[in-house]
Amino acid sequence: MTMSERVPGTNRATQPVTDQGYSTLETAGGHWMQVTDVAAYYGDRMAISEISMTIKPRSTTAIIGPSGCGKSTFIRCLNRMHEVGLGNNRVTGSVLLDGHDIYGRGIDPVQVRRYIGMVFQRPNPFPSMSIYDNVVAGIKLTRSPSRTELDEAVERCLNQAALWDEVKDKLKASGASLSGGQQQRLCIARSLAMQPHILLMDEPCSALDPIATYKIETLISELKRQYTIVIVTHNMQQASRVADETAFFLAGEERVGKLVEFGPTNQLFTNPTDSRTEAYITGRFG
Amino acid sequence: MTTRDVENEIASPASWNVQGPPIFARRGGVGADDVFKWLVYITAFAVPAVLVAIFILLVIDAWPALERFGLGFVTSSNWDNVKEQFGSLPYIYGTVVTSLLALLIATPVGVGAAIFVTEYAPRPLRVPVSFTIELLAAIPSIIFGLWGFFVLTPVMRSTVEPFMKSAVGPLPVIGSLFQGPSVGKDLFTGGVILSIMILPTIVSISREVLLAVPTMQREGMLALGATRWEAIREAVIPYARVGIAGAAILGLARALGETMAVTMVIGNSSRKITGSLLTPGYTMASAIANQFTEADNPLYFSAIVGVAALLLVVSAIVNVAARLMIWQISRGVAKGGNRG
Ligand SMILES: Nc1ncnc2c1ncn2[C@@H]1O[C@H](COP(=O)(O)OP(=O)(O)OP(=O)(O)O)[C@@H](O)[C@H]1O
Ligand SMILES: [Mg+2]
Repeated sequence: MTMSERVPGTNRATQPVTDQGYSTLETAGGHWMQVTDVAAYYGDRMAISEISMTIKPRSTTAIIGPSGCGKSTFIRCLNRMHEVGLGNNRVTGSVLLDGHDIYGRGIDPVQVRRYIGMVFQRPNPFPSMSIYDNVVAGIKLTRSPSRTELDEAVERCLNQAALWDEVKDKLKASGASLSGGQQQRLCIARSLAMQPHILLMDEPCSALDPIATYKIETLISELKRQYTIVIVTHNMQQASRVADETAFFLAGEERVGKLVEFGPTNQLFTNPTDSRTEAYITGRFG
Repeated sequence: MTTRDVENEIASPASWNVQGPPIFARRGGVGADDVFKWLVYITAFAVPAVLVAIFILLVIDAWPALERFGLGFVTSSNWDNVKEQFGSLPYIYGTVVTSLLALLIATPVGVGAAIFVTEYAPRPLRVPVSFTIELLAAIPSIIFGLWGFFVLTPVMRSTVEPFMKSAVGPLPVIGSLFQGPSVGKDLFTGGVILSIMILPTIVSISREVLLAVPTMQREGMLALGATRWEAIREAVIPYARVGIAGAAILGLARALGETMAVTMVIGNSSRKITGSLLTPGYTMASAIANQFTEADNPLYFSAIVGVAALLLVVSAIVNVAARLMIWQISRGVAKGGNRG
């Protein structure tokens, strides 16, 4: 198999999802991920293991669990950010994007990240760039599009991120001049500009006030019509508000994070099958 | 009672009229606390006081020359102790040219080394590499001078300068910098040796600044599909740019004041200012070092002190500018705080 065939997303939705056994899903054009038996290590220390789940297209999947259970570690495995850190971080198991293994031989992590966007816990706009340049920073890495194309992308992405009206008159201002909530929406716009197949968000609201949080939650509900979203959250109400499916992670005695329960959000919150899930969602630990 | 009254009462403890238990009573006399307080006050003010005193003394000693030549002291290039004409422009020119040249060479090399150490070097290499570079700063100036005199100068004369003359000399504008015979001891060699000497400053400060860039900046760019180098170029360096400029200017400050090593390789001649780097020259510092023992008449002495005062002012300004820039970025980091 040649390299170009393996680069995820070069041919969209190559395999119908029905082949993977969820025929009930509405798949038209959506992108999905299949995680099988993933474990991640920081050097020699195993942080998560035996994680398997299917991330359905055009839906929001939430990951919840107590602090230190490996939520961030896991989500960073989904776009090959885990290996970015210093030292010898590695991932075992397989992660498929639309059926292509993103850890496959000959796969360039840089290419993977172009198709799987990520929004971080704290807003991190590039302070030396204007709002406009922040949005197109990713596009400019790959090619040098025309001015009109960039203008269009900026307007479209800022609109999608529900930020256009607030910043359209000051696109030249620094990205750092916005409020925290606006900065986070700018970061979402920046990811959307790459037209990612999947959008990963690691506690995108944890540094924001309730109103900014509400805006982003509304935004997520909008975005999932078009994108497949995975969101890590500490906030169970948030998970129940935005997510179609929820995964509950927990680290046991040996401090290795495991997937305890995974299923439709409603079911997980109202009728969990695992007693540990029930204990967590009713606030008995975590 | 109005609020105003309440405030007044709170503001004046006397009206509280509360007597605490005796153990809280202020002990009389001068406590160790007061002594210590005054001690640190004095030491803190002593340093700037010395600086100001030095400057005042320099100006007093330089006054005869400054008064006699006025603005001509810095605009004239005629320095002739026999005819008692003192214009320090060639020295200023030499200082500026060699320092800028040093900066031009050392900044890219130093920032490159800092990027290597912070971003690319494998863990076990990081400490030894930066330690070795910083060890350069511990080498006494005179040793650089000797090395420059015996090793660098001959190489410059026989190889580097002829090469620059044939490679760059024919070009328009920039070519005028490389004209005339290769003498080895000239402004060019002075700039080169200075660049080596200011390298540790630039490397160590750029490294600090690069390390202070939040991980989130780098990862934000990587998550957009940047390669490692693109993340450095597009996110890390722009974030650190003010601090890197500060590092360069601190290097410049060091170059301005450097004396011994430059004196030994610059040729020490105050001939007319030519556009070429391949002419022997003087820097302000090397002129002072070379001439103050010969200054047998009061005006000559006063002129040399005038050069010293000038040098002090220039270095002070450059240093303050550098500190402000570095301070600005470290404060920005503390405030922005979007660390991973
Ligand atoms: N860079 C690192 N080096 C070594 N160990 C790490 C590193 N980052 C995280 N860990 C460890 O991996 C485990 C999982 O951490 P992770 O950050 O994924 O948790 P989390 O679920 O995201 O927690 P939180 O809710 O607090 O963000 C923890 O035990 C943590 O100590
Ligand atoms: Mg986390």
